Amino acid sequence: MSAANLLEARGLHSYYGASHILHGIDFAVGTGEVVGLMGRNGMGKTTLLRTLLGLVPARQGEVRIDGRIMTNAAPHRIARQGVAYVPEGRGIFANLSVRENLLMAARPAADGNTLWTFERVLDTFPRLAERLDHGGQQLSGGEQQMLAIGRALMTNPRLLILDEATEGLAPLIAREIWRILDRIRASAIAAGVAIVVVDKNFAALSAIANRNLILVKGRIVFEGSGSELKAQPELMQQHLGI
Amino acid sequence: MFYLIQLLNAVQYGLLLFLLSSGLTLIFGIMGVINLAHGSFYMVGAYLTYWLSKMTGSLWFAIPIGTAIAFAIGLLLETTIIRRLYRRDHLYQVLLTFGLILVFEELRSIFFGDEVHGVAVPEVLNFSIPLTETLSYPVYRLFITAVCLAIAALLYFVIHKTRAGMMIRAGNSNPEMASALGVNIPLLFAAVFAVGIALAAFAGAIAAPVTSVAPGMGNQVLIVCLVVVVIGGIGSINGAMIASLLIGLADTLGKILAPEYSGVAVYLLMAAILLWRPQGLGNKS
Repeated sequence: MSAANLLEARGLHSYYGASHILHGIDFAVGTGEVVGLMGRNGMGKTTLLRTLLGLVPARQGEVRIDGRIMTNAAPHRIARQGVAYVPEGRGIFANLSVRENLLMAARPAADGNTLWTFERVLDTFPRLAERLDHGGQQLSGGEQQMLAIGRALMTNPRLLILDEATEGLAPLIAREIWRILDRIRASAIAAGVAIVVVDKNFAALSAIANRNLILVKGRIVFEGSGSELKAQPELMQQHLGI
Repeated sequence: MFYLIQLLNAVQYGLLLFLLSSGLTLIFGIMGVINLAHGSFYMVGAYLTYWLSKMTGSLWFAIPIGTAIAFAIGLLLETTIIRRLYRRDHLYQVLLTFGLILVFEELRSIFFGDEVHGVAVPEVLNFSIPLTETLSYPVYRLFITAVCLAIAALLYFVIHKTRAGMMIRAGNSNPEMASALGVNIPLLFAAVFAVGIALAAFAGAIAAPVTSVAPGMGNQVLIVCLVVVVIGGIGSINGAMIASLLIGLADTLGKILAPEYSGVAVYLLMAAILLWRPQGLGNKS
Protein backbone atom coordinates (compact mmCIF):
# COMPACT_ATOMS: atom_id res chain seq x y z
CA MET A 1 0.00 0.00 0.00
CA SER A 2 1.58 3.23 -1.15
CA ALA A 3 1.67 6.63 0.47
CA ALA A 4 -0.62 7.90 -2.28
CA ASN A 5 -3.52 6.10 -0.65
CA LEU A 6 -6.22 8.49 0.43
CA LEU A 7 -7.84 5.98 2.73
CA GLU A 8 -6.37 2.74 3.92
CA ALA A 9 -7.65 0.07 6.28
CA ARG A 10 -5.70 -2.86 7.67
CA GLY A 11 -6.87 -5.97 9.48
CA LEU A 12 -10.30 -4.49 10.19
CA HIS A 13 -12.60 -6.45 12.53
CA SER A 14 -16.10 -5.12 13.27
CA TYR A 15 -19.15 -6.44 15.07
CA TYR A 16 -22.83 -5.81 14.73
CA GLY A 17 -24.09 -6.45 18.23
CA ALA A 18 -22.65 -9.84 19.15
CA SER A 19 -22.07 -11.03 15.60
CA HIS A 20 -18.63 -10.78 14.08
CA ILE A 21 -19.14 -9.12 10.67
CA LEU A 22 -15.72 -8.08 9.33
CA HIS A 23 -12.89 -10.60 9.59
CA GLY A 24 -9.65 -8.76 8.99
CA ILE A 25 -10.30 -6.58 5.95
CA ASP A 26 -7.47 -4.85 4.10
CA PHE A 27 -8.83 -2.07 1.97
CA ALA A 28 -7.36 0.97 0.21
CA VAL A 29 -8.54 3.75 -2.09
CA GLY A 30 -6.09 5.90 -3.98
CA THR A 31 -6.57 9.52 -4.94
CA GLY A 32 -9.07 9.80 -7.81
CA GLU A 33 -9.65 6.05 -7.90
CA VAL A 34 -13.07 4.42 -8.32
CA VAL A 35 -13.54 1.20 -6.36
CA GLY A 36 -16.59 -1.05 -6.82
CA LEU A 37 -17.62 -3.09 -3.80
CA MET A 38 -19.69 -6.21 -4.51
CA GLY A 39 -21.11 -9.21 -2.73
CA ARG A 40 -24.43 -10.66 -1.72
CA ASN A 41 -26.59 -9.17 1.03
CA GLY A 42 -25.28 -9.61 4.55
CA MET A 43 -21.65 -10.12 3.50
CA GLY A 44 -20.47 -6.97 5.31
CA LYS A 45 -20.37 -4.31 2.59
CA THR A 46 -22.36 -1.75 4.56
CA THR A 47 -20.52 -2.59 7.79
CA LEU A 48 -17.19 -2.06 6.01
CA LEU A 49 -18.27 1.36 4.74
CA ARG A 50 -19.70 2.33 8.12
CA THR A 51 -16.52 1.24 9.90
CA LEU A 52 -14.43 3.37 7.54
CA LEU A 53 -16.75 6.30 8.29
CA GLY A 54 -16.46 5.89 12.05
CA LEU A 55 -20.15 4.96 12.41
CA VAL A 56 -19.37 1.39 13.49
CA PRO A 57 -16.47 0.85 15.91
CA ALA A 58 -13.54 -1.24 14.72
CA ARG A 59 -12.59 -3.80 17.39
CA GLN A 60 -9.27 -4.52 15.71
CA GLY A 61 -7.23 -3.08 12.90
CA GLU A 62 -6.70 0.48 11.82
CA VAL A 63 -8.06 3.07 9.42
CA ARG A 64 -5.75 5.74 8.03
CA ILE A 65 -6.62 8.82 6.03
CA ASP A 66 -3.62 10.46 4.31
CA GLY A 67 -1.50 8.10 6.40
CA ARG A 68 -2.89 9.53 9.66
CA ILE A 69 -4.53 7.04 12.02
CA MET A 70 -8.27 7.76 12.19
CA THR A 71 -9.45 4.44 13.65
CA ASN A 72 -12.66 4.99 15.63
CA ALA A 73 -12.41 8.77 15.27
CA ALA A 74 -15.71 10.64 15.60
CA PRO A 75 -17.65 10.51 12.30
CA HIS A 76 -17.56 14.29 11.89
CA ARG A 77 -13.76 14.28 12.14
CA ILE A 78 -13.54 11.67 9.40
CA ALA A 79 -16.05 13.63 7.31
CA ARG A 80 -13.96 16.78 7.73
CA GLN A 81 -10.96 14.93 6.31
CA GLY A 82 -12.91 14.93 3.05
CA VAL A 83 -14.96 11.74 3.20
CA ALA A 84 -18.64 12.05 2.20
CA TYR A 85 -21.35 9.43 2.57
CA VAL A 86 -24.43 8.58 0.50
CA PRO A 87 -26.05 5.86 2.61
CA GLU A 88 -28.35 3.04 1.66
CA GLY A 89 -31.86 4.49 1.99
CA ARG A 90 -30.46 7.99 1.13
CA GLY A 91 -30.66 9.45 4.67
CA ILE A 92 -32.49 12.58 3.50
CA PHE A 93 -33.47 14.94 6.34
CA ALA A 94 -37.25 14.79 5.98
CA ASN A 95 -37.85 17.94 8.03
CA LEU A 96 -35.53 20.04 5.88
CA SER A 97 -36.29 21.43 2.43
CA VAL A 98 -34.18 20.38 -0.55
CA ARG A 99 -32.34 23.71 -0.32
CA GLU A 100 -31.65 23.20 3.40
CA ASN A 101 -30.53 19.60 2.89
CA LEU A 102 -27.85 20.95 0.55
CA LEU A 103 -26.90 24.08 2.52
CA MET A 104 -26.52 22.37 5.87
CA ALA A 105 -23.72 20.25 4.42
CA ALA A 106 -21.87 23.08 2.60
CA ARG A 107 -18.23 23.22 3.58
CA PRO A 108 -14.95 24.00 1.83
CA ALA A 109 -12.59 21.07 1.41
CA ALA A 110 -9.83 20.47 3.96
CA ASP A 111 -7.44 22.30 1.59
CA GLY A 112 -9.86 25.21 1.29
CA ASN A 113 -11.15 24.63 -2.24
CA THR A 114 -14.83 25.13 -3.00
CA LEU A 115 -15.10 23.35 -6.31
CA TRP A 116 -18.63 22.25 -5.49
CA THR A 117 -20.94 25.15 -4.79
CA PHE A 118 -24.72 25.26 -4.40
CA GLU A 119 -24.95 26.48 -8.02
CA ARG A 120 -22.68 23.77 -9.38
CA VAL A 121 -24.63 21.05 -7.60
CA LEU A 122 -27.87 22.42 -9.09
CA ASP A 123 -26.23 22.50 -12.53
CA THR A 124 -25.40 18.82 -12.08
CA PHE A 125 -28.90 17.99 -10.82
CA PRO A 126 -31.34 20.33 -12.62
CA ARG A 127 -34.27 18.38 -11.19
CA LEU A 128 -33.31 19.50 -7.70
CA ALA A 129 -33.30 23.13 -8.82
CA GLU A 130 -37.01 22.79 -9.61
CA ARG A 131 -37.76 21.41 -6.16
CA LEU A 132 -35.68 23.57 -3.85
CA ASP A 133 -38.55 24.44 -1.52
CA HIS A 134 -40.02 20.93 -1.40
CA GLY A 135 -39.62 18.94 1.79
CA GLY A 136 -37.09 16.13 1.65
CA GLN A 137 -39.82 13.50 1.97
CA GLN A 138 -41.80 14.85 -1.00
CA LEU A 139 -39.19 13.68 -3.51
CA SER A 140 -39.25 10.52 -5.60
CA GLY A 141 -36.64 7.84 -4.91
CA GLY A 142 -34.47 9.01 -7.78
CA GLU A 143 -34.66 12.64 -6.72
CA GLN A 144 -33.80 11.64 -3.17
CA GLN A 145 -30.71 9.85 -4.43
CA MET A 146 -29.71 12.92 -6.46
CA LEU A 147 -30.20 15.03 -3.34
CA ALA A 148 -28.11 12.63 -1.26
CA ILE A 149 -25.29 12.76 -3.84
CA GLY A 150 -25.59 16.53 -4.22
CA ARG A 151 -25.52 16.94 -0.45
CA ALA A 152 -22.37 14.82 -0.22
CA LEU A 153 -20.74 16.92 -2.96
CA MET A 154 -21.54 20.11 -1.02
CA THR A 155 -18.88 19.02 1.50
CA ASN A 156 -16.27 19.19 -1.30
CA PRO A 157 -15.11 15.65 -0.60
CA ARG A 158 -11.97 13.89 -1.76
CA LEU A 159 -13.69 10.55 -1.31
CA LEU A 160 -17.33 9.87 -2.05
CA ILE A 161 -18.78 6.69 -0.52
CA LEU A 162 -22.06 5.42 -1.99
CA ASP A 163 -23.94 2.45 -0.54
CA GLU A 164 -26.46 0.81 -2.88
CA ALA A 165 -26.19 3.64 -5.38
CA THR A 166 -29.20 2.63 -7.50
CA GLU A 167 -31.17 0.26 -5.26
CA GLY A 168 -34.92 0.57 -5.69
CA LEU A 169 -34.71 2.98 -8.61
CA ALA A 170 -36.47 2.55 -11.95
CA PRO A 171 -34.01 1.44 -14.67
CA LEU A 172 -34.18 4.78 -16.45
CA ILE A 173 -33.44 6.69 -13.23
CA ALA A 174 -30.69 4.24 -12.31
CA ARG A 175 -29.07 4.89 -15.69
CA GLU A 176 -29.20 8.61 -15.00
CA ILE A 177 -27.50 8.10 -11.63
CA TRP A 178 -24.70 6.10 -13.31
CA ARG A 179 -24.31 8.82 -15.93
CA ILE A 180 -24.03 11.45 -13.20
CA LEU A 181 -21.51 9.36 -11.24
CA ASP A 182 -19.47 8.97 -14.40
CA ARG A 183 -19.56 12.73 -14.89
CA ILE A 184 -18.53 13.35 -11.29
CA ARG A 185 -15.71 10.86 -11.74
CA ALA A 186 -14.62 12.44 -15.00
CA SER A 187 -14.75 15.96 -13.59
CA ALA A 188 -13.39 14.85 -10.28
CA ILE A 189 -10.23 13.04 -11.26
CA ALA A 190 -8.51 16.31 -12.03
CA ALA A 191 -9.36 17.45 -8.53
CA GLY A 192 -8.39 14.07 -7.10
CA VAL A 193 -11.77 12.83 -5.90
CA ALA A 194 -12.13 9.11 -5.33
CA ILE A 195 -15.37 7.08 -5.27
CA VAL A 196 -16.23 3.86 -3.44
CA VAL A 197 -19.54 2.49 -4.66
CA VAL A 198 -21.65 -0.50 -3.67
CA ASP A 199 -24.19 -1.73 -6.21
CA LYS A 200 -25.73 -4.94 -7.52
CA ASN A 201 -25.42 -3.95 -11.17
CA PHE A 202 -22.09 -5.53 -12.10
CA ALA A 203 -22.04 -4.21 -15.67
CA ALA A 204 -22.63 -0.59 -14.68
CA LEU A 205 -20.30 -0.85 -11.70
CA SER A 206 -17.37 -2.38 -13.58
CA ALA A 207 -17.79 0.19 -16.35
CA ILE A 208 -17.02 3.00 -13.94
CA ALA A 209 -14.69 1.28 -11.42
CA ASN A 210 -10.90 0.98 -11.78
CA ARG A 211 -10.92 -1.87 -9.33
CA ASN A 212 -13.57 -4.26 -7.98
CA LEU A 213 -13.74 -6.09 -4.69
CA ILE A 214 -15.97 -8.99 -3.72
CA LEU A 215 -16.82 -9.41 -0.07
CA VAL A 216 -17.90 -12.81 1.29
CA LYS A 217 -18.72 -13.21 4.98
CA GLY A 218 -16.57 -10.28 5.98
CA ARG A 219 -13.54 -11.28 3.92
CA ILE A 220 -12.30 -10.03 0.57
CA VAL A 221 -12.28 -12.98 -1.85
CA PHE A 222 -11.52 -11.10 -5.05
CA GLU A 223 -9.73 -7.91 -5.95
CA GLY A 224 -9.12 -6.86 -9.53
CA SER A 225 -10.38 -5.09 -12.63
CA GLY A 226 -13.76 -5.72 -14.21
CA SER A 227 -12.21 -7.67 -17.08
CA GLU A 228 -10.24 -9.87 -14.67
CA LEU A 229 -13.46 -10.64 -12.89
CA LYS A 230 -15.29 -11.38 -16.15
CA ALA A 231 -12.55 -13.89 -16.92
CA GLN A 232 -13.59 -15.86 -13.83
CA PRO A 233 -17.30 -16.57 -14.41
CA GLU A 234 -17.29 -19.18 -11.62
CA LEU A 235 -16.44 -16.44 -9.10
CA MET A 236 -19.27 -14.27 -10.37
CA GLN A 237 -21.65 -17.20 -10.33
CA GLN A 238 -20.68 -18.28 -6.84
CA HIS A 239 -20.44 -14.92 -5.08
CA LEU A 240 -22.66 -12.57 -7.06
CA GLY A 241 -25.16 -14.98 -8.59
CA ILE A 242 -24.53 -13.65 -12.09
CA MET B 1 -62.14 44.35 30.57
CA PHE B 2 -62.09 41.48 32.99
CA TYR B 3 -61.70 39.15 30.05
CA LEU B 4 -58.92 41.25 28.52
CA ILE B 5 -56.99 40.91 31.75
CA GLN B 6 -57.56 37.17 31.80
CA LEU B 7 -56.49 36.92 28.18
CA LEU B 8 -53.30 38.86 28.91
CA ASN B 9 -52.60 36.57 31.86
CA ALA B 10 -53.24 33.50 29.70
CA VAL B 11 -50.80 34.72 27.03
CA GLN B 12 -48.17 35.64 29.59
CA TYR B 13 -48.46 32.25 31.28
CA GLY B 14 -48.45 30.48 27.92
CA LEU B 15 -45.31 32.28 26.73
CA LEU B 16 -43.52 31.49 29.98
CA LEU B 17 -44.48 27.85 29.48
CA PHE B 18 -43.05 28.06 25.97
CA LEU B 19 -39.65 29.19 27.26
CA LEU B 20 -39.69 26.26 29.65
CA SER B 21 -40.92 23.60 27.29
CA SER B 22 -39.04 24.62 24.12
CA GLY B 23 -35.83 23.31 25.66
CA LEU B 24 -37.55 20.22 27.01
CA THR B 25 -39.05 19.32 23.63
CA LEU B 26 -35.77 19.91 21.77
CA ILE B 27 -33.81 17.79 24.23
CA PHE B 28 -36.42 15.04 24.01
CA GLY B 29 -36.73 15.28 20.22
CA ILE B 30 -33.05 15.58 19.34
CA MET B 31 -31.25 13.56 22.00
CA GLY B 32 -34.16 11.32 22.95
CA VAL B 33 -33.70 12.14 26.64
CA ILE B 34 -36.66 12.75 28.94
CA ASN B 35 -35.18 15.34 31.25
CA LEU B 36 -37.33 15.26 34.36
CA ALA B 37 -34.93 17.70 36.00
CA HIS B 38 -35.89 20.38 33.48
CA GLY B 39 -38.32 21.95 35.95
CA SER B 40 -35.55 22.09 38.56
CA PHE B 41 -33.84 24.69 36.41
CA TYR B 42 -36.94 26.85 36.57
CA MET B 43 -36.36 26.72 40.31
CA VAL B 44 -32.60 27.23 39.96
CA GLY B 45 -33.23 30.32 37.83
CA ALA B 46 -35.69 31.74 40.35
CA TYR B 47 -33.46 31.09 43.37
CA LEU B 48 -30.34 32.42 41.67
CA THR B 49 -32.28 35.55 40.80
CA TYR B 50 -33.54 35.87 44.36
CA TRP B 51 -30.01 35.48 45.72
CA LEU B 52 -28.24 37.66 43.14
CA SER B 53 -30.80 40.46 43.34
CA LYS B 54 -30.55 40.47 47.13
CA MET B 55 -26.74 40.61 46.89
CA THR B 56 -26.58 43.32 44.24
CA GLY B 57 -29.95 45.00 44.57
CA SER B 58 -30.52 44.78 40.84
CA LEU B 59 -32.83 42.44 39.00
CA TRP B 60 -31.29 43.58 35.71
CA PHE B 61 -28.01 42.14 36.90
CA ALA B 62 -29.48 39.06 38.55
CA ILE B 63 -31.44 37.72 35.55
CA PRO B 64 -28.62 37.55 32.94
CA ILE B 65 -26.01 36.35 35.44
CA GLY B 66 -28.37 33.72 36.84
CA THR B 67 -29.16 32.53 33.31
CA ALA B 68 -25.46 32.37 32.44
CA ILE B 69 -24.75 30.31 35.57
CA ALA B 70 -27.57 27.92 34.63
CA PHE B 71 -26.12 27.63 31.10
CA ALA B 72 -22.77 26.67 32.61
CA ILE B 73 -24.41 24.11 34.91
CA GLY B 74 -26.27 22.71 31.88
CA LEU B 75 -23.04 22.37 29.93
CA LEU B 76 -21.35 20.66 32.87
CA LEU B 77 -24.28 18.27 33.42
CA GLU B 78 -24.47 17.34 29.73
CA THR B 79 -20.78 16.58 29.38
CA THR B 80 -20.49 14.65 32.64
CA ILE B 81 -23.82 12.85 33.12
CA ILE B 82 -26.58 13.40 30.54
CA ARG B 83 -24.31 12.39 27.62
CA ARG B 84 -24.16 8.86 29.03
CA LEU B 85 -27.92 8.53 28.73
CA TYR B 86 -28.34 8.98 24.98
CA ARG B 87 -27.94 5.32 24.11
CA ARG B 88 -29.75 4.12 27.20
CA ASP B 89 -33.28 3.02 27.83
CA HIS B 90 -35.85 5.60 28.99
CA LEU B 91 -35.91 3.91 32.40
CA TYR B 92 -32.30 4.96 33.08
CA GLN B 93 -33.06 8.47 31.90
CA VAL B 94 -36.08 8.78 34.17
CA LEU B 95 -34.18 7.37 37.15
CA LEU B 96 -31.16 9.59 36.70
CA THR B 97 -33.01 12.82 35.94
CA PHE B 98 -35.42 12.13 38.82
CA GLY B 99 -32.35 11.73 40.99
CA LEU B 100 -31.20 15.14 39.78
CA ILE B 101 -34.50 16.66 40.97
CA LEU B 102 -33.79 15.34 44.47
CA VAL B 103 -30.24 16.65 44.35
CA PHE B 104 -31.34 20.12 43.26
CA GLU B 105 -34.08 20.25 45.91
CA GLU B 106 -31.59 19.20 48.58
CA LEU B 107 -29.03 21.77 47.44
CA ARG B 108 -31.77 24.40 47.49
CA SER B 109 -32.65 23.39 51.04
CA ILE B 110 -29.01 23.57 52.15
CA PHE B 111 -28.23 26.94 50.57
CA PHE B 112 -31.54 28.78 50.76
CA GLY B 113 -33.60 26.94 53.35
CA ASP B 114 -37.20 25.83 52.99
CA GLU B 115 -38.92 29.20 53.33
CA VAL B 116 -40.83 30.95 50.60
CA HIS B 117 -39.09 34.03 49.23
CA GLY B 118 -40.16 36.97 47.14
CA VAL B 119 -38.32 39.08 44.60
CA ALA B 120 -39.21 42.74 44.24
CA VAL B 121 -40.43 44.08 40.91
CA PRO B 122 -37.84 46.62 39.71
CA GLU B 123 -38.69 50.26 40.35
CA VAL B 124 -39.09 51.33 36.69
CA LEU B 125 -41.68 48.64 35.98
CA ASN B 126 -43.44 48.72 39.33
CA PHE B 127 -46.70 50.33 38.27
CA SER B 128 -49.98 49.33 36.66
CA ILE B 129 -51.90 50.53 33.67
CA PRO B 130 -55.43 51.45 34.77
CA LEU B 131 -58.07 49.81 32.57
CA THR B 132 -61.26 50.75 34.43
CA GLU B 133 -61.92 52.47 37.74
CA THR B 134 -61.27 49.29 39.67
CA LEU B 135 -59.16 47.15 37.31
CA SER B 136 -55.60 47.70 36.24
CA TYR B 137 -52.82 45.58 34.71
CA PRO B 138 -49.28 45.39 36.12
CA VAL B 139 -46.65 46.55 33.64
CA TYR B 140 -44.15 43.93 34.76
CA ARG B 141 -46.44 41.20 33.40
CA LEU B 142 -46.54 42.98 30.04
CA PHE B 143 -42.76 43.15 30.21
CA ILE B 144 -42.58 39.35 30.71
CA THR B 145 -44.88 38.86 27.72
CA ALA B 146 -42.78 41.13 25.51
CA VAL B 147 -39.48 39.53 26.48
CA CYS B 148 -40.86 36.01 25.98
CA LEU B 149 -42.20 37.01 22.56
CA ALA B 150 -38.80 38.41 21.60
CA ILE B 151 -37.02 35.24 22.69
CA ALA B 152 -39.57 33.05 20.90
CA ALA B 153 -39.01 35.08 17.70
CA LEU B 154 -35.25 34.77 18.08
CA LEU B 155 -35.55 31.02 18.64
CA TYR B 156 -37.77 30.70 15.57
CA PHE B 157 -35.29 32.69 13.50
CA VAL B 158 -32.28 30.64 14.64
CA ILE B 159 -33.98 27.30 14.06
CA HIS B 160 -35.62 28.08 10.73
CA LYS B 161 -33.36 30.65 9.08
CA THR B 162 -29.78 29.93 10.09
CA ARG B 163 -27.32 27.20 9.24
CA ALA B 164 -26.98 26.26 12.92
CA GLY B 165 -30.75 25.79 12.93
CA MET B 166 -30.55 23.55 9.85
CA MET B 167 -27.96 21.44 11.64
CA ILE B 168 -30.13 21.23 14.75
CA ARG B 169 -33.11 20.09 12.67
CA ALA B 170 -30.90 17.68 10.69
CA GLY B 171 -29.59 16.30 13.99
CA ASN B 172 -33.18 15.95 15.14
CA SER B 173 -34.11 13.98 12.00
CA ASN B 174 -31.03 11.75 11.71
CA PRO B 175 -28.03 12.46 13.98
CA GLU B 176 -25.89 9.73 12.43
CA MET B 177 -26.31 11.10 8.91
CA ALA B 178 -25.61 14.62 10.13
CA SER B 179 -22.37 13.47 11.76
CA ALA B 180 -21.30 11.70 8.56
CA LEU B 181 -21.70 15.07 6.82
CA GLY B 182 -19.34 16.74 9.28
CA VAL B 183 -21.70 18.02 11.98
CA ASN B 184 -20.07 17.77 15.41
CA ILE B 185 -22.97 16.00 17.10
CA PRO B 186 -21.56 15.87 20.68
CA LEU B 187 -20.96 19.63 20.56
CA LEU B 188 -24.39 20.27 19.02
CA PHE B 189 -26.09 18.16 21.70
CA ALA B 190 -24.21 19.88 24.53
CA ALA B 191 -25.15 23.28 23.12
CA VAL B 192 -28.82 22.38 22.68
CA PHE B 193 -28.99 20.96 26.21
CA ALA B 194 -27.32 23.97 27.80
CA VAL B 195 -29.46 26.46 25.85
CA GLY B 196 -32.60 24.53 26.84
CA ILE B 197 -31.52 24.64 30.48
CA ALA B 198 -30.70 28.35 30.22
CA LEU B 199 -34.17 29.06 28.76
CA ALA B 200 -35.83 27.21 31.67
CA ALA B 201 -33.72 29.12 34.19
CA PHE B 202 -34.47 32.39 32.40
CA ALA B 203 -38.19 31.66 32.67
CA GLY B 204 -37.78 31.08 36.41
CA ALA B 205 -35.70 34.24 36.73
CA ILE B 206 -38.02 36.59 34.87
CA ALA B 207 -41.11 35.13 36.56
CA ALA B 208 -39.60 35.37 40.07
CA PRO B 209 -41.12 38.80 40.84
CA VAL B 210 -44.66 37.63 40.00
CA THR B 211 -44.51 34.15 41.53
CA SER B 212 -43.20 33.15 44.91
CA VAL B 213 -39.74 31.61 44.97
CA ALA B 214 -40.62 28.42 46.79
CA PRO B 215 -39.49 24.81 47.33
CA GLY B 216 -40.87 22.40 44.76
CA MET B 217 -41.75 25.16 42.29
CA GLY B 218 -39.96 23.30 39.50
CA ASN B 219 -41.98 20.12 39.92
CA GLN B 220 -45.29 21.90 39.41
CA VAL B 221 -44.21 23.41 36.10
CA LEU B 222 -42.54 20.19 34.95
CA ILE B 223 -45.86 18.36 34.69
CA VAL B 224 -47.41 21.14 32.62
CA CYS B 225 -44.29 21.29 30.43
CA LEU B 226 -44.53 17.57 29.73
CA VAL B 227 -48.14 18.19 28.67
CA VAL B 228 -46.92 20.94 26.32
CA VAL B 229 -44.40 18.54 24.78
CA VAL B 230 -47.06 15.89 24.25
CA ILE B 231 -49.64 18.28 22.79
CA GLY B 232 -47.13 20.16 20.65
CA GLY B 233 -45.42 17.04 19.38
CA ILE B 234 -41.99 15.83 20.50
CA GLY B 235 -39.19 17.95 19.10
CA SER B 236 -41.43 20.57 17.52
CA ILE B 237 -40.73 24.17 18.50
CA ASN B 238 -43.73 25.49 16.56
CA GLY B 239 -45.92 22.85 18.19
CA ALA B 240 -44.61 23.84 21.63
CA MET B 241 -45.56 27.46 20.95
CA ILE B 242 -49.14 26.59 19.94
CA ALA B 243 -49.48 24.09 22.80
CA SER B 244 -48.16 26.55 25.39
CA LEU B 245 -50.65 29.22 24.36
CA LEU B 246 -53.49 26.67 24.27
CA ILE B 247 -52.63 25.51 27.77
CA GLY B 248 -52.39 29.09 28.98
CA LEU B 249 -55.90 29.71 27.63
CA ALA B 250 -57.33 26.40 28.87
CA ASP B 251 -55.92 26.94 32.34
CA THR B 252 -57.17 30.52 32.58
CA LEU B 253 -60.59 29.78 31.05
CA GLY B 254 -60.96 26.73 33.27
CA LYS B 255 -60.37 28.84 36.37
CA ILE B 256 -63.05 31.33 35.29
CA LEU B 257 -65.73 29.02 33.90
CA ALA B 258 -65.45 26.01 36.18
CA PRO B 259 -63.19 26.88 39.11
CA GLU B 260 -63.84 23.62 40.93
CA TYR B 261 -62.63 21.64 37.91
CA SER B 262 -59.88 24.02 36.79
CA GLY B 263 -57.17 21.49 37.61
CA VAL B 264 -58.38 19.10 34.93
CA ALA B 265 -58.87 21.58 32.06
CA VAL B 266 -55.29 21.16 30.88
CA TYR B 267 -55.48 17.38 30.96
CA LEU B 268 -58.83 17.31 29.16
CA LEU B 269 -57.20 19.38 26.44
CA MET B 270 -54.31 16.91 26.25
CA ALA B 271 -56.65 13.91 26.08
CA ALA B 272 -58.70 15.52 23.29
CA ILE B 273 -55.61 16.37 21.24
CA LEU B 274 -54.09 12.93 21.78
CA LEU B 275 -57.27 11.35 20.40
CA TRP B 276 -57.32 13.70 17.42
CA ARG B 277 -53.58 13.99 16.65
CA PRO B 278 -51.55 11.46 18.62
CA GLN B 279 -48.31 12.72 17.06
CA GLY B 280 -48.93 16.24 18.45
CA LEU B 281 -49.89 19.50 16.76
CA GLY B 282 -46.45 20.32 15.38
CA ASN B 283 -45.54 16.97 13.83
CA LYS B 284 -46.76 15.39 10.62
CA SER B 285 -48.21 11.92 11.00
